[in-house]
This record gives sequence, C-alpha cells and structure tokens, in this order.
Amino acid sequence: MSVQYYLILSVVMFVIGIVGVLVRRNAIVIFMCLELMFNAANLAFMAFASYYNALDGQIFVFFVLTVAAAEVAVGLALMVAIFRAKHSIDVDQMSNLKG
Amino acid sequence: MALTWIFFIGIGLVVLITAAGVVLSSNAIYAALFLVANFSVVAVLYLILGAPFIAMAQITVYAGAIMVLFLFVIMLLGAEKLPITGAIPNQRILAFGLGLIALVEIGLFVVARWGNLTPIGDHPADYASPHAIGMLLFTKYALPFEITSVILLVAVIGAVVLTHSDEMVGIRRRLLSERKKE
Repeated sequence: MSVQYYLILSVVMFVIGIVGVLVRRNAIVIFMCLELMFNAANLAFMAFASYYNALDGQIFVFFVLTVAAAEVAVGLALMVAIFRAKHSIDVDQMSNLKG
Repeated sequence: MALTWIFFIGIGLVVLITAAGVVLSSNAIYAALFLVANFSVVAVLYLILGAPFIAMAQITVYAGAIMVLFLFVIMLLGAEKLPITGAIPNQRILAFGLGLIALVEIGLFVVARWGNLTPIGDHPADYASPHAIGMLLFTKYALPFEITSVILLVAVIGAVVLTHSDEMVGIRRRLLSERKKE
C-alpha cells in the first residue's frame, strides 16, 4: 500500500472540513469541522511516520490529540457563555463588534 | 495485495461518507454521530499503518471523551437545529467554489511533490508498541509532554471561569448561609 493513497484521503477529508467551516452557521458544527481537519492532518502524519519507520510523527499526533482536547473544552465553554448572552450560537448573530 | 486494496477502498469510502455527513446533516446531533464514526474508522486506518497505541488513544480520547463533550453541549443548549437567518447571498455556492479551489490546489501540490515514493515497507516487530512510544515520550519528548499538562490545566481553569455565572454564586452563597443558621 503506497503512502500516496493515504495522502489523497487526507487531502479530501481536509477539504471537506474547509467546506464545512464555510457552509455551516451553527458554531458547534463549525467546531466539529475543525476536528475533521485535525483528523486529516493526523492521518498524513501517521502515514509518513509509517513510511519513514519513525515514531516522531506518532508522538506528534499524540500531542495534537491532547491539545485538541484542551481546545474543545475551552471552545465549548465559550459557546455556553455566548449562548447565555445572546440565546443563540448562530455565527451570524455574533456581530457585536461590527461598526 | 488485492485484499489490502479492497479493505483500503472500503475504509476510505466510509471515511469520506462520514466526513460529508458531518457537513451535510442539518441536525447537529447527527453531525456529531457521523464524526464519532469518522474518528473510529480513521482509528482502523491507524491500525493498518501499524500504530495500535495511537489508534486506541484516538478512540478513547476523540471518539469517546471529546465527542461526549460535544453531544453534552449540543443537548444542553438545545442547538440541534438552527433556523437559517439572513445569510450572505450565494454563501453556499461561494463556499463550495472555494472548497473546490482548495481541493485542486492542495491536490496538485501533493501530486507534484510526491516524486518517487515507494510503498510502505514492513515494520520491525516492536514498532510503535506502547513501550516504544512511552520510551520516546519520556526521553526525547519529555519537555513537550510536561508542557501539555500545563495546557490541560489552563484549559480546565478556563472552562470553569468561562461557564461560571454570578447567579450560581449567589445561590450557592445563600444555601451556605442557610446551612450555617441551622
């Protein structure tokens, strides 16, 4: 199995994540699409770690995993705080700073 | 060889369909469940690539812990379905167009740069065993590993501070003072 096919899969998954961030208005779904993009990047890391027989890529995936967990905890807390203030998490409603 | 191919194509299709499901499903809970499926199937890909430890970490941390947090917040806020309010005109077409451009660009980049990559070879027997990962994590990557603990601590404190509301503090204080009177 060649490493190219994993890369192609990773690219397509990443682009699906990008389209999701652009299309959706629900902030939580946008967050999930970000996770999808993390996942695609992780897949590329793992493919190259396996290709070069080196463990460093896998360690990096491990760090991405922990940082993503921290990011999701803070992000969802932000969602809850925004929902309390505006009773909506539609990204179009978050325009208080707009002049 | 043919068997690996069939397996990879099957898994790859499931990965892409579940990823599209996250973007296209109108209900946020379905999107979250699609994402759980996506994470689990990508973990199977990690197993094929010879990384059992990361595959299991992916299932427990991502498909388990993170997605439970997502589902919890979706249900807490009741944010499964948002009515679509005044959108940017032609947002959908614009988004898909930009996505297509990104796909072509990144795809061309990957194809142009891959040169003569050989197939992934066999790994030594103890490649990516939990033992090997642990050794690397506590020797070469000891400092980043310790720093992640600080990041997690900051995230915990941040989450508590952000969701903290003055109302709740008032209620708690009243309850405490009532208990003291008794």
